[in-house]
Amino acid sequence: MREDASISINEIQEQIIREMARLDDWMEKYEYLIDLGRDLPPMETALRRDEYSIAGCQSQVWLMPRMRDGRMNYVADSDAKITRGIIALVLRVLNNQPPRDIAAAELYFLDRTGLRSNLSPSRANGLAAIVKQMKAAAAARMNT
Amino acid sequence: MVFTGTTYKKINTAQVLDVDKVRKDFPILARRVNGRPLIYLDNAATCQKPRAVVKRIVDFYTRNNSNIHRGVHALSERASGEFEAARETVRQFLNARSTREIVFTQGTTDAINLVADSFGADFLSKGDEIIVSGMEHHSNVLPWQRICARRQAALKVLPCEHNGRLRVEDLDRLITENTKLIALVYVSNVLGVRNPVEEVIRRARARGVPVLLDGAQAVAHFEVDVRALDCDFFAFSGHKLYADTGIGVLYGKEQWLRILPPYRTGGGMVQSVGPERVRYAGLPLKFEAGTMHVAGALSLEEAIHYLRKLGFDSVRAHQRRLMDYAEGRLRALDGVTVYASPSRRYGAVSFTIDGVHPYDAGLILDKLGIAVRSGTHCAEPLMRKYGVGGMVRASFALYNTRDEVDALIEGIRRVQELCGECKSTRSLQ
Ligand SMILES: Cc1ncc(COP(=O)(O)O)c(C=O)c1O
Repeated sequence: MREDASISINEIQEQIIREMARLDDWMEKYEYLIDLGRDLPPMETALRRDEYSIAGCQSQVWLMPRMRDGRMNYVADSDAKITRGIIALVLRVLNNQPPRDIAAAELYFLDRTGLRSNLSPSRANGLAAIVKQMKAAAAARMNT
Repeated sequence: MVFTGTTYKKINTAQVLDVDKVRKDFPILARRVNGRPLIYLDNAATCQKPRAVVKRIVDFYTRNNSNIHRGVHALSERASGEFEAARETVRQFLNARSTREIVFTQGTTDAINLVADSFGADFLSKGDEIIVSGMEHHSNVLPWQRICARRQAALKVLPCEHNGRLRVEDLDRLITENTKLIALVYVSNVLGVRNPVEEVIRRARARGVPVLLDGAQAVAHFEVDVRALDCDFFAFSGHKLYADTGIGVLYGKEQWLRILPPYRTGGGMVQSVGPERVRYAGLPLKFEAGTMHVAGALSLEEAIHYLRKLGFDSVRAHQRRLMDYAEGRLRALDGVTVYASPSRRYGAVSFTIDGVHPYDAGLILDKLGIAVRSGTHCAEPLMRKYGVGGMVRASFALYNTRDEVDALIEGIRRVQELCGECKSTRSLQ
């Protein structure tokens, strides 16, 4: 148990799985993702630099990892709306978590919600690249 | 030209294609995708296969499978005979002079690589130039880029205008005495624009420059007569003509094929192998090293037979009518940009939806059962020209219908609704 009352990575994943199970079909799920993406604060254009861009995605994706009060704080964005929605979900799970937890986290909600399998292999690779980069950034900050 | 009902009948002898009947020849069209009937509008990527083509492949493997041009046993003889008969069918299809001019390849890409490599080896040196157009598929750019880099030659680009028109008049200026070859896409896989290749060939011919045509998107949409065109090389892929993947054709004028060195070396392409000297086989086997995709070649022959039986003219007329219809409906949509405006479009039309990433459009349409292509379509220079990161492309084949075009239009409306800026009313909380 963590000392603070904040909710753990797996608790958030379970929440998301429950929420998405209420959506009947993929059109509704996309609608949900697009709505989430709309609420995601856009990344400043100035930050959409090559150093933050992730290779291997069909749409453009930028990710800037930061650390705040011992917890990870990612800023991320994409030029595609469904991708923004998926990013919003991943940020909801990982943002504000300790780097150690993120480095060790298994993001099973991507499979359980069908998000991963509903992407083509190349797109799934793109998603994997985002998650991998987030975890690497957390691992690098574990001892700081 | 305007036809009245009666004269139209007289002039147009082509049968009207019975699409409902034809669709039954393509079992895959009956399947459902994401719980909805499949609407397959990605034919420029690859076409679906009619039963006859699938059966031909199965028959080959269940009855005659054997390697060709090698054994003397009955099956090998038969397989070799079928393979060579397929070559003759392709020769007729392109109206080439001789089967010596028909080389089986893996596809368009392979055919272009063959020419780039073989031509580059003996006919390209430092300071020489190759010309391609601004609307090439990467398949007709990268092989030339690489060989030019190796030979220290330059790759020059014949530009096209915003409306998709190739600036043929620039050719006279672009061609210099160092120009060794022009490689040009016949029909753009993105814009559906048919380039005035006759005009290009005329101007090239006047300066003694050979021309290669990338015919990948041409053969399914209008008649190609390589002799009338007088092109030096012509490449196409079987899978974009209802045949198997992994089989394609390089047509090359015999004068060229005779003097080009082999591309790959190995079994099947030699007459004798001495300790120092190799005598290569005659044409076209000199370019067919290794075991060929025999079943693929037979499938290509079968696809050509199938099209002939339906009637090339009625197939093409149906596709043209469908394209006109699709273009009209797409252009009537608000917030949709259709790229290029040729007087006639063949096979493919690309567009973007205001404020919508092509990736999102592709994903949403897919969930509606509509298969389109989204992305850069292996034509990044063209995307840069239009200043977009990608486009959505709908491309049509003989089995597509107006209803499917209507479904696409409805699908685009759904995409616009979903991706529109105002937040939708549904809420999870
Ligand atoms: C114009 C054009 N050229 C070349 C190709 C490459 O064809 P293949 O992948 O069959 O070799 C394509 C296929 O998309 C094409 O559309």
